[in-house]
Amino acid sequence: MAARVLDEPKKSRILEALEDQDTTVVLDDALENSMILNMGPQHPATHGVLRLLVKLDGETVMACVPELGYLHRGYEKIAEGSTYHEFIPHTDRLDYLSPISNNVAYVLAVEKLIGVDVPKRAQYIRVLCCEMARVASHLVAVGSMAMDVGALTVLLWTFREREKLLDIYDVLCGARFTTSYTRIGGLQQDWTGQCTAMLTTFLDEFAADLDEVSRLLSHNRIFIDRCENVGYISREDCIATGMTGPILRASGVPRDLRRDNPYLVYPELDFNVITLTESDSLSRFYVRFNEMVESAKILRQALQKMPDGPFSANQAKKVLPKKERTYTRMEELIQDFMLINMGIDPPVGEVYQGIESSKGELGFYIVSDGTGHPWRMKIRSPSMVNISAIPIMCKGAMISDIVAIIGSIDPVMGEADK
Amino acid sequence: MNDIIIQKLRSQFPESVGGTNDFRGDLTIQVRREDIVKVCAFLKNDSELSFDMVIDLCGVDMYRPEGRFEVIYNLYSLKNKKYLRLKVLVDEEDPVVDTVGAVWSAAAWHERETFDMFGIKFEGHPDLRRMYMPEEYEYYPLRKDFPTMGITDSIPLPRK
Repeated sequence: MAARVLDEPKKSRILEALEDQDTTVVLDDALENSMILNMGPQHPATHGVLRLLVKLDGETVMACVPELGYLHRGYEKIAEGSTYHEFIPHTDRLDYLSPISNNVAYVLAVEKLIGVDVPKRAQYIRVLCCEMARVASHLVAVGSMAMDVGALTVLLWTFREREKLLDIYDVLCGARFTTSYTRIGGLQQDWTGQCTAMLTTFLDEFAADLDEVSRLLSHNRIFIDRCENVGYISREDCIATGMTGPILRASGVPRDLRRDNPYLVYPELDFNVITLTESDSLSRFYVRFNEMVESAKILRQALQKMPDGPFSANQAKKVLPKKERTYTRMEELIQDFMLINMGIDPPVGEVYQGIESSKGELGFYIVSDGTGHPWRMKIRSPSMVNISAIPIMCKGAMISDIVAIIGSIDPVMGEADK
Repeated sequence: MNDIIIQKLRSQFPESVGGTNDFRGDLTIQVRREDIVKVCAFLKNDSELSFDMVIDLCGVDMYRPEGRFEVIYNLYSLKNKKYLRLKVLVDEEDPVVDTVGAVWSAAAWHERETFDMFGIKFEGHPDLRRMYMPEEYEYYPLRKDFPTMGITDSIPLPRK
């Protein structure tokens, strides 16, 4: 039997496919070169489809460029082709961690445009919704930030709490996640006694649960070492780059639209604006954490002060009539038909309305040409602007700090990419 | 407050400031295209007005022969807790505006987005790349003559 001739060792096909000009790097001196690293868009620590291009010198980040657009769905274009009512479900998909407060922000902008006065009860229910959404969103932010730096238990505990809030959404509007709860001039349906009972139970347990989470983290040396003095951004940079929300408040600027440019019934409620001055990842974590306590305070007050009355304005040409009347009365049927098919008739003009959402200032800028469709709608999304500060925060940090920085910014790509 | 802003701007820049509009409490001031950086720097540095944040910057396609595009600057003053909107008209043939990135660095990303969606170029912008659409994309999706359904074959699909 002839001996087998061994020629050159055969490369595996996968290695052959990988080896080309883009992957083969020739280094003159390994220590003299900086490395470009691609992080994301499919990376568990980037909270969705954020992509970062990082220039590294050893383990130190020299520069960082965020890339957006992997979740771009063209909502501003879709808005131009739909009536004002039709766009409400799309707002759920912006910041999908607090959908119900996006609903509120959007209808507030439209109501400012068409000039509808919403009944007191509906405004209180909207405050309840906004604050529940803030708590739910901050719970995810706190949990996932802790998970990013290695404390997995916290995420499970905060998600357990968040589930209770989603259950309240479920009873309130029939959906846990994509709520579409608000209507122009009011709400889809009324707040019920069952919701009050569930929310009261939640609030009774919440302080103790939050304390449990706090005990896991606030004396946790690994967590504090990973977050303290990481991702620093100066107060001036924060203002210049347009940061809003917890990031701005963690840098010592007490800007909270709920107090500064009040909407809904926030002036009637008593709460503190949490402000810290350290402006690092840890202080952003604490701002969110303490804001949850304030939100719980607001929720209790709002439950107490909520008056009885209608939950929708009664303005025939602007607000959808109640369903049971639509099905039984001619006038309301006509109104419903006209509003659904032609849309409301807003005046010609342009308005901007922003709210303090969990991520920062969420605003809608609407240009109306007097027809049932917005001529132009700009969504001012807080996440997109907040992401633009990542290069400043990451400069000089270690590569493992990037996850702590992204976690402390808490971006939601549905909102950043629109 | 609105009167003070208008009065100050009119006395400082009599030629650059155009019409003003107050709708539902939102003040809008039209500014001549060439002078936008000057006006913005004044609004930011004036100690009484101190509009130190640009909250939003976007384009609008009005789809008309003269001044087809509008660039909207939504400013905010932390001191006065006040919003102000500036408006600049841009023609279709020459859609160029000077960048205000030197005044507020936040404007840089908003200008990139406006360029991506409307094709308005910002003179002096250091990094005017596409924001959401692919680099090689040749259309501007938020223009009114771009169909909502998209344009067939405008983005090459990956080969199998």
